[in-house]
Amino acid sequence: MGKLGKVDFVPFSKVDGIEERLKEGKISATRCKKCKNIYLPPRMDCPECLDEEMEWVDCEGKGTLVTYTTIHAAPAGFEDDAPYTICLVDVEGGGRLVGWLDGKEEDLKIGMGVSVGIRDLPEERMIYFVTPEE
Amino acid sequence: MRTGVIGIGHGKFGRREVTVQELAFEPFREALDDCGLHQKDLDALIVGSSPEYHRQRSLSGVVAEYLGMNPKPTFLVEAACASSSAALATADAYIRAGIYDTVAVLGVQKMLELSTPEILALMGRVGDVQWESGFGTTFPGYYAMFAHRHMYEYGTTREQMAAVAVKNHHYGAKNPNAMFQKEITAEKALASRMVASPLTLYDCCANADGAACMIVTNEETAKKADTPIWMAGLGSATAPMSVLRREKLSEIPSAIDAARNAYKMAGIEPKDVDVADVHDCFTIAEILAYEDLGFCEKGGGGKMIEEGETHIGGRIPVNVDGGLKSKGHPVGATGVSMAVEAVKQLRGEAGERQVDGAEVALMHNVGGIGQYCFVNILRR
Repeated sequence: MGKLGKVDFVPFSKVDGIEERLKEGKISATRCKKCKNIYLPPRMDCPECLDEEMEWVDCEGKGTLVTYTTIHAAPAGFEDDAPYTICLVDVEGGGRLVGWLDGKEEDLKIGMGVSVGIRDLPEERMIYFVTPEE
Repeated sequence: MRTGVIGIGHGKFGRREVTVQELAFEPFREALDDCGLHQKDLDALIVGSSPEYHRQRSLSGVVAEYLGMNPKPTFLVEAACASSSAALATADAYIRAGIYDTVAVLGVQKMLELSTPEILALMGRVGDVQWESGFGTTFPGYYAMFAHRHMYEYGTTREQMAAVAVKNHHYGAKNPNAMFQKEITAEKALASRMVASPLTLYDCCANADGAACMIVTNEETAKKADTPIWMAGLGSATAPMSVLRREKLSEIPSAIDAARNAYKMAGIEPKDVDVADVHDCFTIAEILAYEDLGFCEKGGGGKMIEEGETHIGGRIPVNVDGGLKSKGHPVGATGVSMAVEAVKQLRGEAGERQVDGAEVALMHNVGGIGQYCFVNILRR
C-alpha cells in the first residue's frame, strides 16, 4: 500500500494519503466524520454508517503487544529477512497494526507496553517497527 | 424435506502425478459405484476448489467434461480451505428447493504442480495484502500468533499441541487414503524445525493433491438406499479476514457462530456429537476447535487433548481419520473428505477407526484463517 511494507501488493487504494504521512513519521488512522469511529488500518469507507467522509488522525505510537511470532519459513520477497518477528499491537487511541520487532523474541511478553516507529527500508519503502518498553 | 447422502468416494491424498481432472475421476467413479447410479441419474455437478493453485482455468467445466457429465450443469464454489463444505451446503439448498433431485458434490485440489517459487509467492498473499502481507505474514504465522495468544490467556503448552499431532498421526496410520500413514512421537514433533514460533513442522499440515466426492439426493430417493445418512444441520459464518480487525485472537469467531447455527438446525447440543472431524490445519487449530464447538469450556482445549478425551474411547473422538495433519490438506477437497469420513463412521464402515454406535457426526471446516467457517452435522 503505497510505500508501507517490504513488498507492495496493492497498487491503488482510496487510502492514498498515507504515504506522505509516513514520510513525516506519522502513524495515522482515519476517522469517520459522521459516526467518529476510528479505523487503523485506515479506510475511506465507513462500514458502520456507510459514509465516505473521512479525516486523518495521528496516533501517539504507543500501544500494547497483542501477540507475535517469529517467521522462519519465509514467503517470496522475505527469504533474506528470516527469521524476523512480527508483532500485533493495539495502538492507544484505537485500532491495531502489524510491525516488525526491534529486539529479541525472548524479551516479549504479551500485554506489555510497546512503542511503534517508522523505519526506512531499501527502495524508499517504509515499515512499522515495534520496540518493547522498559 | 431432508437431504440424504447415498454415495461416497475418497481418493488417495498426497503427491499425485496426475492432472486435476484425473484426480477428480477416482472418487467420482467410487461414489457412483457406491450408490449404483450413473451420470445420467445426476442433475448437476457442484465442485468445491480453490482456483489459485491450478494452472487449468475454468476448473469445473474441465472436470465436468472429463467425468462425462456434459451437458449437465456445473459450477465452482469457493471458500478457500472450506470450498467443498460450501459446495455441499449449496447442493443441499438446491435439493431442498426442489430444483435438483440428485447432485454430485466434488472437492478437488491439485496443489503440488506449482513450483517452489510459485508456492512461496502464494504463501505471501494469504493475509490481507493491503495491510499485512507487506510485513511477511504467512499461513503458519497467523496460527502461530493465535497459539501464542492462547498460551498467554489459558496456559496452553507446546506439549499439548504436539499431543494433537501424535493423536492424528496415530489414526492416520490406519487410513489408507492419508498422505502420511505413520505414527510420530511427541519428542520428534517438539524437536522438529521451527516454522513460525511456537509452531514447528509437525504442528503444520501439508499441502497435498486430493479429491473426494459424495452423491446427495432428496428424501424420497435417499430412503431407497440401504443406509442413507441425513444432512441434519448446516451452519456457516464469517469473521474479519484481517487479524487487525478481529477482536479476539484466541478463538475462531466464525466457528463459534457456524456451530451455533448448525446445532440449532439439527436440534442437538455439543454433548450429542459422537464423532467429529475438525479443521486441524495446525495443531493449535484443533485445540481452538474443541472450544469453539463447545466440546469443552473456553481455555479447556489443551487439557482435553492431554486427557485423551478426543481419542476413540474418550468423550468425543476427533479426527480419527488422521485429520488434515496426517491426511494432508488438498484445500478444496478437505470439506468433502471430512463428510465422506463422517458417512463411513455413521454407516459403521470405518474399520479399525470405527467409533462404536456413532449416530451423530460433525464436520468443522475453516476457510483461510477463519474468514469462513462451515459446520455441518450428519446423522443416521
